[in-house]
Amino acid sequence: MLLGRTANGLYWMTRYIERAENMARLVDAGLRLALTLTESSAEEWRSVVISSGTRADFEARHDAYDARAAWEFLLRDPQNPSSVISSIETARSNARMVRTALTREAWESINEAWMSLRRLLAAPVDERELPAVLDAIKRETAQIRGAFHGTMLRNEIFDFARLGTYVERADNTARILDVKYYVLLPSAAWVGSSLDNHQWESILRSVSAHRSYRWVYDAEYRPTSIAEYLILNRRMPRSLAFCYSAIGGSLRYLLEEYGERHTCQEIAEGMEQKLRARSIEEIFEDGLHEFLTEFIRDNNNLGAQVAHDYRFY
Amino acid sequence: MVAFDEMGSGQPGLRQPYAAYDSWFGEQDPARLTAKMRDAESVFRRTGITFNVYGEEAATERLIPFDIVPRILSGSEWRRLTQGIEQRVRALNAFLDDIYHRQEILRAGRIPVELIARNRAFLPEMIGVRPPAGVYTHIIGVDIVRTGENDFYVLEDNARTPSGVSYMLENRETMMQLFPELFQRVKVRPVENYPKLLRKSLAAVGPPGCAGAPTIAVLTPGTFNSAYFEHAFLADQMGVELVEGQDLRVVDGNVAMRTTQGYRKIDVLYRRVDDDFLDPLTFRPDSALGVAGIMDVYRAGRITIANAPGTGIADDKAIYSYMPEIVEFYTGRKAILGNVPTWRCSEPEALKYVLAHLGELVVKEVHGSGGYGMLVGPAASKAEREAFAAKLAARPDNYIAQPTLSLSTCPILTEAGLAPRHVDLRPFVLVSDRVEIVPGGLTRVALKEGSLVVNSSQGGGTKDTWVLDD
Repeated sequence: MLLGRTANGLYWMTRYIERAENMARLVDAGLRLALTLTESSAEEWRSVVISSGTRADFEARHDAYDARAAWEFLLRDPQNPSSVISSIETARSNARMVRTALTREAWESINEAWMSLRRLLAAPVDERELPAVLDAIKRETAQIRGAFHGTMLRNEIFDFARLGTYVERADNTARILDVKYYVLLPSAAWVGSSLDNHQWESILRSVSAHRSYRWVYDAEYRPTSIAEYLILNRRMPRSLAFCYSAIGGSLRYLLEEYGERHTCQEIAEGMEQKLRARSIEEIFEDGLHEFLTEFIRDNNNLGAQVAHDYRFY
Repeated sequence: MVAFDEMGSGQPGLRQPYAAYDSWFGEQDPARLTAKMRDAESVFRRTGITFNVYGEEAATERLIPFDIVPRILSGSEWRRLTQGIEQRVRALNAFLDDIYHRQEILRAGRIPVELIARNRAFLPEMIGVRPPAGVYTHIIGVDIVRTGENDFYVLEDNARTPSGVSYMLENRETMMQLFPELFQRVKVRPVENYPKLLRKSLAAVGPPGCAGAPTIAVLTPGTFNSAYFEHAFLADQMGVELVEGQDLRVVDGNVAMRTTQGYRKIDVLYRRVDDDFLDPLTFRPDSALGVAGIMDVYRAGRITIANAPGTGIADDKAIYSYMPEIVEFYTGRKAILGNVPTWRCSEPEALKYVLAHLGELVVKEVHGSGGYGMLVGPAASKAEREAFAAKLAARPDNYIAQPTLSLSTCPILTEAGLAPRHVDLRPFVLVSDRVEIVPGGLTRVALKEGSLVVNSSQGGGTKDTWVLDD
């Protein structure tokens, strides 16, 4: 038996842990590009901020896409609800609320991450310190994940937490792909050709897939291959297909545990099916942007449906 | 006035309960102990054993300082204490039952009627209501002070929602982590079965209609409450749900919690929410911390609320002064544990005395707690005493006064070695069909030299409390 409020807390706890990590990855990708570009990096930081889903907030408070302003905003700004510092704060206060549902190791890893990131991000981050800071953020979230996977019983508590992780991750991957793809692809005619552009690496880097891409495909960055990798590859842990196979799995466990089928299971199965049945060529034919827009909307709906079906409120 | 030191010092002065600890302590490298002290702090911080401080925005979560020198009681000292405590909690429950029913004690003229009738802590809604198993106060934390070898006094009966038991448990846990070898040398009675006892105790007082094992939940005001850590800790250790008002609703005549599969009935609610906030339909209408209609369910005998609403009347500081009479009235015997002599400022003679002797007395608000709103006469400046005298004269019935007791001391570890500091003791009592007292309790210690205020909100710390298995 689990309180609806606890399920809600678990779901948002892991969403925000995932978000903190994704923010660090995005900044990392932005930083790499800025270091390799000779001209102004404003365009790249702009696309990083858009990918993070915080554009309106950023533009309301900043006149230009200055590199330092961007990373400060994404890492340390307490007024940006998705910044790393806000995310870890929200994750921790949710964890505190659901503390009785967590193992001691899981709780302590979150509490320690919160303490150490607050220390780390207490003062403005110097450019020279930035890589080390980003590594530390990823290390903290990896430790949380490790403690969680290593000690938590695989029951409903685990399932709601896992749903949060993968709904957030799917949203993140889809948004990065949507934003970056159109910034970077000069025209639709380029689809299918190979591009010698290190900017492509930034897409992959922002989902930590720049090395594994080369294990799966050849060394060349092809738009279709990258999109296929991030959307359809079921073995790539940040792809949409992978996220939905995890989401579907957790919802099936919940169905078994409770013996009751809900609308959210229907939605998730439909999405899993879509990701399995279609080829990347078909997706491009119908329009990648349309596909991703629909996916982001459906993914959000799924989250809302889970909250409704399992009485989060 | 030199305070009684519980450890004693020097060869002839060392008290027996501390003998084994003292010999261990003598073998320790001071630098190692200081390092252990820092370890303890990081353990507490990492595990999030914090309390929230009201009215402090910057540091809303703080640690209660922990001192690594244990406070030690011998088995025989403990036996005497527990006899006195048990007698007292039985009397408290009998008093509550009487006061909400026949009111024999008032008819007998042993305590004045106004004291009850005009008391905010008395709930007319509880008149004629008999809680399941007849228990009103299930969980009690009796504050005890010591002034000499055989002189123990009850300072306060915390009969509403006493807190601190999680510190008793975590302090022991921490001490065992830091000094495992010490526990091999000194046989200390364990306290870690408290959550199990609490659960058993709550399960034993389920409502009459409850078939099978009752469903128990802990009701917390939420993560911003100063004792949230403890609420979560106890729910976790008992293996029961930790609920908030927003999770609860009256469904089909029962109090039920919203789960991922719909509403589930609760039979026993260990509430850590004050009476005022329990039911917006009965008490404060603006409360979002309670459950609308829970009092109706309670009166219908379909839920146990622990502690029962209205128990506050028993630990009111004005009632406290009558405890010797109350114990005698219901148990037929003299109280084993004495009260601290108390002047009730509502009585003109007493008020005159108190005003004339403010410099020697401790004056407290009748409804106050946590060390707020009190005057420690000897430590106060002339101006503070004068300001307080004005408040006192304006509302005398809001205050009681007690002599400044020379609380016993127990050493703490400082940079310069052991140094005596004043302590009190809060053992935790569970009442169901029996009375259980875990051998130990929370020792609070005033960390400032000479200070008598042990409250954590006022710079107090805690110690592990040992009852020897001797």
